[in-house]
Amino acid sequence: MSFMRSMRALFWRLSAFFRKQQRDAEFAAELESHLQFHIEDNLRAGMSPEAARREALLKLGGFEQTKKNYRDRRGLPELEALFQDLRFGFRMLLKSPGSTAAVVIALALGIGASTAMFTVVRSVLLRPLPFKDPARLVRLYEHSADDKFPYNQVASGVFKAWKNESHGFSDLAIVSLGAEYNLSGQSGQLPEKVRAAECSWSLFPTLGVEPALGRTFTPSDDQPSANGTVVLSWALWKRRFGGDSSILNQKIRLDAKSYAVIGIMPSWFTYPEQRVQLWTPVYHEQSAKDMEVLDSHDFLAIGRLKPGVTEAQATAELSVIVRRLHDQHLDDPFVSKAANSLPLLDDVVGDIKTSLYVLLAATLCVLLIACLDVASLLVARGAARRKELAIRSALGGSRWRLLSEHLVESLLLSAAGGGLGLLLAYAALQWFVATRQDISRIEAIDMDAIVAAFILGLVLLSALVAGIASSVKISGDQVLSALQESSRSHSAGLERVRLRKGLLAMEVGLTVMLLIGAGLLLKSYGQLRSSSLGCVTDNVLTMRFSLPEEKYAQPSQRVSFFESLLERVRALPGIQSAALVRAVPGQGYAGDSGFWIAEHPPLPQGQGQYALARWADPGYFAALGIPLLRGQTFDEKARLDSPLQVIISESFARQYFPGEDPIGKHLLTIGRRPFQIVGVVGDTRFTIAEAARPMMYFPIYTSLYGNVPNEATLAIRSSRDVTSFAVPGQKLVEQLDPELAVSDVLTMDQLIGKSTLDASFDATLLLAFAVLSLLLASVGLFGVLSYIVAQRTPEIGIRLALGAQRGQLLRLTLVDGLKPAVAGLVLGLAGAAVATRMLSSLLYGVQPLDATVFAGVPILLLAVVGIACLLPAWRASRVDPVIALRYE
Amino acid sequence: MPPKAEVLQGTLDLLVLKTLDTLGPMHGFGIAQRIQQVSQDLLCLNQGTLYPALLRLEQRGWISSKWGVSDNNRNAKFYSLTRRGRKQLREEAEGWNQMAAVINRVLKATS
Repeated sequence: MSFMRSMRALFWRLSAFFRKQQRDAEFAAELESHLQFHIEDNLRAGMSPEAARREALLKLGGFEQTKKNYRDRRGLPELEALFQDLRFGFRMLLKSPGSTAAVVIALALGIGASTAMFTVVRSVLLRPLPFKDPARLVRLYEHSADDKFPYNQVASGVFKAWKNESHGFSDLAIVSLGAEYNLSGQSGQLPEKVRAAECSWSLFPTLGVEPALGRTFTPSDDQPSANGTVVLSWALWKRRFGGDSSILNQKIRLDAKSYAVIGIMPSWFTYPEQRVQLWTPVYHEQSAKDMEVLDSHDFLAIGRLKPGVTEAQATAELSVIVRRLHDQHLDDPFVSKAANSLPLLDDVVGDIKTSLYVLLAATLCVLLIACLDVASLLVARGAARRKELAIRSALGGSRWRLLSEHLVESLLLSAAGGGLGLLLAYAALQWFVATRQDISRIEAIDMDAIVAAFILGLVLLSALVAGIASSVKISGDQVLSALQESSRSHSAGLERVRLRKGLLAMEVGLTVMLLIGAGLLLKSYGQLRSSSLGCVTDNVLTMRFSLPEEKYAQPSQRVSFFESLLERVRALPGIQSAALVRAVPGQGYAGDSGFWIAEHPPLPQGQGQYALARWADPGYFAALGIPLLRGQTFDEKARLDSPLQVIISESFARQYFPGEDPIGKHLLTIGRRPFQIVGVVGDTRFTIAEAARPMMYFPIYTSLYGNVPNEATLAIRSSRDVTSFAVPGQKLVEQLDPELAVSDVLTMDQLIGKSTLDASFDATLLLAFAVLSLLLASVGLFGVLSYIVAQRTPEIGIRLALGAQRGQLLRLTLVDGLKPAVAGLVLGLAGAAVATRMLSSLLYGVQPLDATVFAGVPILLLAVVGIACLLPAWRASRVDPVIALRYE
Repeated sequence: MPPKAEVLQGTLDLLVLKTLDTLGPMHGFGIAQRIQQVSQDLLCLNQGTLYPALLRLEQRGWISSKWGVSDNNRNAKFYSLTRRGRKQLREEAEGWNQMAAVINRVLKATS
């Protein structure tokens, strides 16, 4: 009851508050009518009109006082005061639009950038995987026998042994990496190449994932004799099949074979890669023989730990199993000798972790700088209004009222900056997600309210602390000293100036650290881009395809496809050259093979050597400008079972034939068959970020692994814009086989751009942050110095009047501004020397303590800071002594 | 002229409610007049007290107000008792009577 009553009263008061003027007028009218009644009454009692009015007014008592009583009862005086403060705050902020804008923008950028980055880190790195009990999931690896690859992929035969013999896991699953299918078009759709994962049926139960529709694989689907089954990703289902659930149990054609669609996964599920669009059962897709190989490490294995079993225990058991296999096959150097494991989350985000943490650290620096800027501006405002506040305080202004005015001002600033910042964060996240589709778990990113609130709170706190710090000084006995100090002040608030200079030194220090980090990443990116792949990259277009094994079962079919494709592409007008190869430089690892040299003594048992393996047509080297250093290219006429030929790369020759002529020697490889070395070509890199490795090339038209290869990259080189051949090239493939899809239609430049995306992304972002903070720091410095000069104008006037030189004054002020900058610079260099170690794993061809960067940054910083200081210093030297002395 | 009585804390509400109960809808001046008359000029309400009290009663929902025209054709704000106000009046009158009786008894016992 009493609660209801007070609520009603509050409502009344609130509504009165908002209709203040109307209420005032109404009450005035009511009082007026009261007065008139009274006068009439008096008239009726026989008084003269004047006497009647006078008596009535007397009786009425204090008119204004009644109004105030009434108003107090009616509205909310506290709220009205608050609104007054708000209005006042607005006016104060608008009075100096420059510095207000600077603070709001600084806050917005700081809040925006760090909210976005925090959100990314939280979503990608910190949030648990969306699987059932994700802490018990581990990724399993083999530890290679030569210790070079402690985290190597798993061989199918090793996995089989683990599955049969280990006890530490409730579930184990195997997935093949990089599978692709040619998805045939239905009812006029174009065929399409889709990324897939061949997985054991246990993958879904191991992860604890249920399909959105239908079912996942059963053990009976996952064997060679089963009918083809496929599970679709949500995205593929929506895009290709229009989200129509009648597709369930229908057949689709993959690599010209028929598969029944048995399930659709939920939209959030992608594993093991972002790009995977469908899943097939691996034991059905691969031959039984291929699933028992011990020395070909082509698979990814994961496991779910049994309750009560630690990761170390379970892995130790797997190691024992691998060791036994190793000891049983001592003649095969590629059988591993131990097992390793990583928590699944670490494995999934491993590549991007360092980058993200570096970027996060950078955004925190920006946030800190923004907070410092805001604090320093508020301290300056406090100082500038010190005298005013002291006077008001002396005149009896309540301390709470003065304080609240300050707080309101800080809050206004924070609210404006925060609101803008959140908008910015939202935009930044959208951009980030759109740009970095390659990062795993990118789909998990959404605007994080907790993060935003936390950062907003942080900024608010810093603004409040700064606001209070500058106004608290007004209290107590300080009032008097403030009045005295500012009555004829020449260097007001020394203490305050020191505080601001300290803040500035910190800002500059942080900026230096950011600049050095950005400088290192930029230099590293430049090195990366300028490093050569070893072939022509201008105006080269590449596209990948693979011939379905069923449809192209005969070697001669494959050869004739390759031949007619090349023939037709080369006939296109404007084409300089065209070639087929397993993978062009920069396209990735693609594959390797172990080998022995027939003319050399046999290697000791348990030792092996291997090199990257490529197949190419005879014209490949000339087409991509890879120099033929010795010997010749493959025999143009060699087909199918012609004599076996191989071409090796320069580093291959250097490493394995030192001081020898390799031409005419034989490599025993691919089933220990003897391949004669016919030529040596220049080195090429399989990825731009790594030095060239030994490589061997085989002719594409001959039988290699029991058949002619069925997958290839078509490279087209032209003297003009090569992208114009993308469509004609695809059309030619379609003419040859309407069911065949091409994928990854990219120029070499795009290919390199893709593989350097990380580096350019990190460098660009960090540079943006560094420039931002440089700007913020210079604005801060400019503000402080301008303030100091303004404060010291009378003093400068006196000095001038007493005969000081203007040049002297210029120097004096400049030094005043540069001192905190230099202090910050030293601090920043020291900090950077420590912090850049964190960057070292992101750097390519650059040391963390790179001399050019460490020397260049201070020069840049001093130049910018010098300019920021020059204007106020110049203003100080231009002071007119007469005006200055009259200034007070 | 006898000294004017102070309005006892808390009784003003009761007086106003009772007046409105007796007279029906009435303006502020009328209420003040009526109380003055009934108390035989012993209680004289200053409008500095009266209007905030009216506002308070209205905020509590015991009375409502409406602009209207008086007998002598003058615009005035008329206050009238609400249903909740009537109930409140009953409760407060009862409470007052009880209290008055108690005080009377105490006074008699000591004399």
